Amino acid sequence: MRDFTKNDIRLFIALCSLGLVAPILFPAYINQLSFAWIFVVIALSWDMQGGHMGYNSFGNIVFFGVGMYAAASFQILPFFSLGDWTEAGGVQTFEHSVSQYFSGYALGILFAAIAAVATAFIFGNLILKMRGHYFAICTLALGVAIGEVFASIEILGAGQGLSLAVWPRGFLDDTYRRLFFYYQGFLLFVLCFLSISYIIRTRFGMTLNAIRDGEDKAESMGLNTNFYKISSWILSAFFIGLCGALVGHLVGFIDPIDVAFSGATYGIWMIIMAIIGGKGRLWGPVIGALFFHAFNEIFWTYFLGWQRVALGLIIVIIVVFFPEGILGFFQVRKKSSVSALSTQPQQQKK
Amino acid sequence: MDSIIQFFTTPSFLMQALINGMVIGALFSLAAYGLALVWGVMNIINVAQGDFVILGGYVAFYALGISTPFLEALQPNFFSRILLTPGILPLLSIPIASSILFVFGYLLYKVIIYRIVSRDLFTSLLATFGISLALQQLMNLSFGADVQFINTGLPTLFFMDDLVALPVVRLFSLILASILSVFIVIFLKKSKMGLAIRAVSQNARAAALIGVNTDRVYAFTFALNTAICGACGALVGMIFNLHPYIGTPYTVRSFMIVIFAGLGNLPAVILSALGLGVFEESADFMFGAELRLAFVFSLLVFVLVFRNWRLSKKREYLK
Repeated sequence: MRDFTKNDIRLFIALCSLGLVAPILFPAYINQLSFAWIFVVIALSWDMQGGHMGYNSFGNIVFFGVGMYAAASFQILPFFSLGDWTEAGGVQTFEHSVSQYFSGYALGILFAAIAAVATAFIFGNLILKMRGHYFAICTLALGVAIGEVFASIEILGAGQGLSLAVWPRGFLDDTYRRLFFYYQGFLLFVLCFLSISYIIRTRFGMTLNAIRDGEDKAESMGLNTNFYKISSWILSAFFIGLCGALVGHLVGFIDPIDVAFSGATYGIWMIIMAIIGGKGRLWGPVIGALFFHAFNEIFWTYFLGWQRVALGLIIVIIVVFFPEGILGFFQVRKKSSVSALSTQPQQQKK
Repeated sequence: MDSIIQFFTTPSFLMQALINGMVIGALFSLAAYGLALVWGVMNIINVAQGDFVILGGYVAFYALGISTPFLEALQPNFFSRILLTPGILPLLSIPIASSILFVFGYLLYKVIIYRIVSRDLFTSLLATFGISLALQQLMNLSFGADVQFINTGLPTLFFMDDLVALPVVRLFSLILASILSVFIVIFLKKSKMGLAIRAVSQNARAAALIGVNTDRVYAFTFALNTAICGACGALVGMIFNLHPYIGTPYTVRSFMIVIFAGLGNLPAVILSALGLGVFEESADFMFGAELRLAFVFSLLVFVLVFRNWRLSKKREYLK
């Protein structure tokens, strides 16, 4: 088992303390900050199987959407009829009381995790046996297919989307609502980072790396690669599903194609964030996500209408010129002066 | 359930699905063959294939939109009378779209694609995905978000007590698609460039050793692919409609057809394309049009899972 370096721990503590005080320092940007943590979490969990295991999935957006729908519908379901709720559309005739809201909220989060994990288990068994680009294209199609299926389920609002329960009226004010979601995003980040940084240092993580570097060899060493692949996908799905639930509550309205199962936004963002920072490195997705989020906010503010063109160009530039990401770029330059032989991303021992 | 029974017991429905499916399948086979060509020769899966198709449609749409009023304003003479006969100008817009897209593909290769030819498949997947995203919004910005449709002015034929409709333009596209695929086969078999393309697809290193300029072959292959997409797109614009964001289903369909048929097998590509077309149209009748995309995409997942399951019996896998 590889150890944490001192630098890792210092950086993590610095990031955590920054995260704790950030909403007090920048009260106007609480929503953007909560999205920043969510982005870090989805990038980290994509990297779990995209970077460490080498299974480049375009379809992790499925868990995101499934989690979002589960969180929304299970918050409504115990108290109101879902059919009536969607019938009412944008007209808010139903209101949760304080206790209803929060008990439903907890239930929704629970079912978001369960639904995402179940989806990952079912589809993992079916498609994780494929390799390389067949897997990638298959997951791409899966994401769109499930989005279209959700867009035709009448009880979940079909193509018109589903509005989530609103924050109970008269209960604390809007700042507390934002803080409530912010600290959940932050907590999710801490949980996700700690578990992933622990896992990639254990035997489990090494098996994932072995699968990336040569699956046939790993299998011939007696490793049950299928078990490892599915469990890693499930872990990734767990965190992405929770993120989906949180994003649903932050946005307040679920559109099946443009929010929940939008391969062209969250679906590709999680991949590109991991690649910008550096695939298969612990800090890569974190740095990539923060960097990308800042870039994204600037572009959505100042170049509205061109953001997808910019995103497409960024993807091409990153993939063509910096395939190893920011961290890899610096590490390669640093290493080339020491030794050009070691190609594996590793911690530098002092 | 009722609609399924009704579909299978009504001959006119069956006939309509068969005809429409064949026509659509012929279109899909064009895009699929381009995809297979690029995949086989350059080892790139072009995710932007569908967006090239839509771009070709827009080029044809605007070529028509500019030239028709211009010709009508001219003094009527022999040429303008021929050109303004219904069906002639749309027919001419196909080679125009095709050649403009050829130039576009060549430039795209020279700017981006040549950097990713030798890289792994994930890189090319992501890079072409990026191109696809950028292209979609660029089309949206320059052509507008409205649904467009190329009006050919051609009549519609009716059969079986007027229950089965066959617009002449669909017949056209079937014929054109077959002519184009025959042309592509002859080109690859007989011409010098076709020979070079086949040589590079078999072994790029060996081809370079005996003096084939692989870079030129790659550029030509990619441009040929976009030209095929252009022709396909012009037909798509005449038969269906154009919208900046509907490219991805065409990519998925072509990919599915290629997987089903295997690389470098033209008859199989055409057959599976026709099969997919008929299948999709029938599903349209039975399950309703709003589930059409869901059906196409889940069919791809199903085909892949099924093929992988069959291979796993031989202790192999898709890779």
